Amino acid sequence: MEMKVYFRTIKDLPEDEYFGPGQLTCAGCGPSIAVRWLLKAAGSDVIVVNATGCIEVTTTSYPYTAWSVPYLHVAFENSAAAASGVEAALKALRRKGILDTKAKVMVIAGDGGTYDIGLQALSGMLERGHGILYVLYDNEAYMNTGIQRSGGTPHFAWTTTSPVGSKFKGKVQRKKDIMSIVIGHHIPYAATANIAYPIDLANKVKTAFDYIDEGPAFIHVIAPCPPGWRYPEEMTVEIARLATETGYFPLYEWDHGRIRFNPPSNTHLDKSRRKPIIEYLKRQGRFAHLTEEDIKEIEKEIDEYWDYLARLAKAFG
Amino acid sequence: MEIAKTLSIREEIVKERVGLTSNYAAAYAVKAVDVDVIAAYPITPQTTIIEKLAELVANGEIDAEYIPVESEHSALSAVVGAAAAGARVFTATSAQGLEFMHEVLHIASGLRLPIVMAVPGRALSAPISIHGDYQDIMNAKDSGWIMLIASTAQEVYDSIIMAYRIAEDNRVLVPVMVSYDGFLMSHTTEPVELYHEDYVRKFTPRNLNRLKLDPRKPITIGVIASPDWYYEIKYQVVNALKESRGVIKEIHGEFNKTFGTNYDIVERYMLDDADYVLITYGGASSGNAKEAVRRARERGLRAGVLRIRLFRPFPVDEVVSSIKDAKMVAVVDRALSPGSTYEGPVFNDVVTALYSKGIEKPVISVVHGISQRTMLADDFYNLYKTLDEYARTGEYPRKTIFLGLRG
Repeated sequence: MEMKVYFRTIKDLPEDEYFGPGQLTCAGCGPSIAVRWLLKAAGSDVIVVNATGCIEVTTTSYPYTAWSVPYLHVAFENSAAAASGVEAALKALRRKGILDTKAKVMVIAGDGGTYDIGLQALSGMLERGHGILYVLYDNEAYMNTGIQRSGGTPHFAWTTTSPVGSKFKGKVQRKKDIMSIVIGHHIPYAATANIAYPIDLANKVKTAFDYIDEGPAFIHVIAPCPPGWRYPEEMTVEIARLATETGYFPLYEWDHGRIRFNPPSNTHLDKSRRKPIIEYLKRQGRFAHLTEEDIKEIEKEIDEYWDYLARLAKAFG
Repeated sequence: MEIAKTLSIREEIVKERVGLTSNYAAAYAVKAVDVDVIAAYPITPQTTIIEKLAELVANGEIDAEYIPVESEHSALSAVVGAAAAGARVFTATSAQGLEFMHEVLHIASGLRLPIVMAVPGRALSAPISIHGDYQDIMNAKDSGWIMLIASTAQEVYDSIIMAYRIAEDNRVLVPVMVSYDGFLMSHTTEPVELYHEDYVRKFTPRNLNRLKLDPRKPITIGVIASPDWYYEIKYQVVNALKESRGVIKEIHGEFNKTFGTNYDIVERYMLDDADYVLITYGGASSGNAKEAVRRARERGLRAGVLRIRLFRPFPVDEVVSSIKDAKMVAVVDRALSPGSTYEGPVFNDVVTALYSKGIEKPVISVVHGISQRTMLADDFYNLYKTLDEYARTGEYPRKTIFLGLRG
């Protein structure tokens, strides 16, 4: 099964902007780039449910809002539950002839709100089969509270709660495999995406909504954070692209029980086609303390993950 | 209301008289008002509400989406989302479940969403106890919800119907909690008169004219407010609760007229000439107190009961006017407020209400029925006798009395 293509070039995306300028995100904010593309791909007939986090605090500062689609924020850990209520309400009101609406529901939540505190609500939403697209924008730490480690923070990364000390250097544990957890719920569609590949991202959003009557969809978007990852803000897209080019963040879809790799990751089962991981790591201050040995360890972990994906592809390709 | 008129209204409006627990009465009220979204998570003693609702939805008797959530936190979060999208919603919980929801209680009132929730009261852990008291409800008293406490299964049914009118009134738009005794009511069968649903639905028309999540008219709900704005926005909740007193009374009046009932935000029992007043809430305390009034009056004590039916906003005027002529008053709490000046939470409300009117009155704080510790009518009768003794001597304890506590 081929990837579904709704948008071929950037010109195919709507000119309309649903994410207003003048929000309070940092210069070079990866998540704000993600939200802009997400909303363009979703169009105007969508209700956004946002978890507490960077995007929420920077876009809804009363009396202003950056959102020109309906937007609900309830709390940190419950965006999937609140969205379940929105989806159920639309279903019931539509069925009972009270409200004429075809609105779609999209959750936008960060890694803290997804990997950690919101995991239970997410699992419940996926298990109950609500027709909701859940988008995880992953900047790999609690950036809103000032760079604390989360379940999405990679191995060895510096954060304020995984500091580089004389005994421990950076995060001791590996990054949680959220995609496998989500896929374990046997939902129709899950995919990874990257702000450096907006056409790919937009097509995935559209594909997810195409399947939404069947059940939940999930998109995991990597979204670098200049202050948290410690790099100059003009490098956001370049670093995001390197995350995929080095094989650190593979682009793939899980479509009705089948795995499909997307360019450029579709060539990366062959390790020689991946750029060296050092290209990704060396540009980020959060990895500045790594030794040769640490880098080898990271490389080994990436190889292991690719090996795991290869086995998935063999079984479910 | 005249008895003849009341009877003729009831004859027309009552569909059937059935034996129901308060939990089932709650479920039938939810059916009668035609809700759109129910979020449900089991916890004792609430569970039979959501079981009954699941059955009614499964049989097509309620046309609603039933979301079997994975926690109480998600139960309230889901109805917050559904209410924000314009739906009429219901959820229920008790004890640990209400504590787990606590964060979202404040959010629901802050977002001004017309949610209705039933809460049969239960003791809080630790140690864990499934039995009834009002600790869970008292812990929620500052969360910006309107809180009604019913004393019979019929009153539970009627209060939930009223709750939808109150919550959805554009002058209010505050969530409403309807609570009652865990087990002693939630699991006790009483006769309940169920109404023809067209009358209930006529009484509770949907408020389609409130702000909601709608792509045709996008709004942002759940913003961040800087210190420049937070205080003003939060004050609106304070004000909404204050202003809701009038609307709640108005809706009580309308309900009484429509359904031939006689509810007020407090219940006054034999208060006209009462020297000694027990202030109670819920079913078991109030029922025992009323029985004690009979015993006390047989022995010549002018005893009466003031039952708090509307707990938040606190019915200050009604409480003060009901007890201002009494010689001595005791507030019987079924919850604890450890470390407070007095450990009875509603006692603190009553004395504050008196203070607000500049009235000095001897009031005794009594705690009873914690984790359903057996309360006897004689305990309440003895309280009247004790109040009489205090009144005679002019000496009374300036600390909480813990009834039924083993030494």
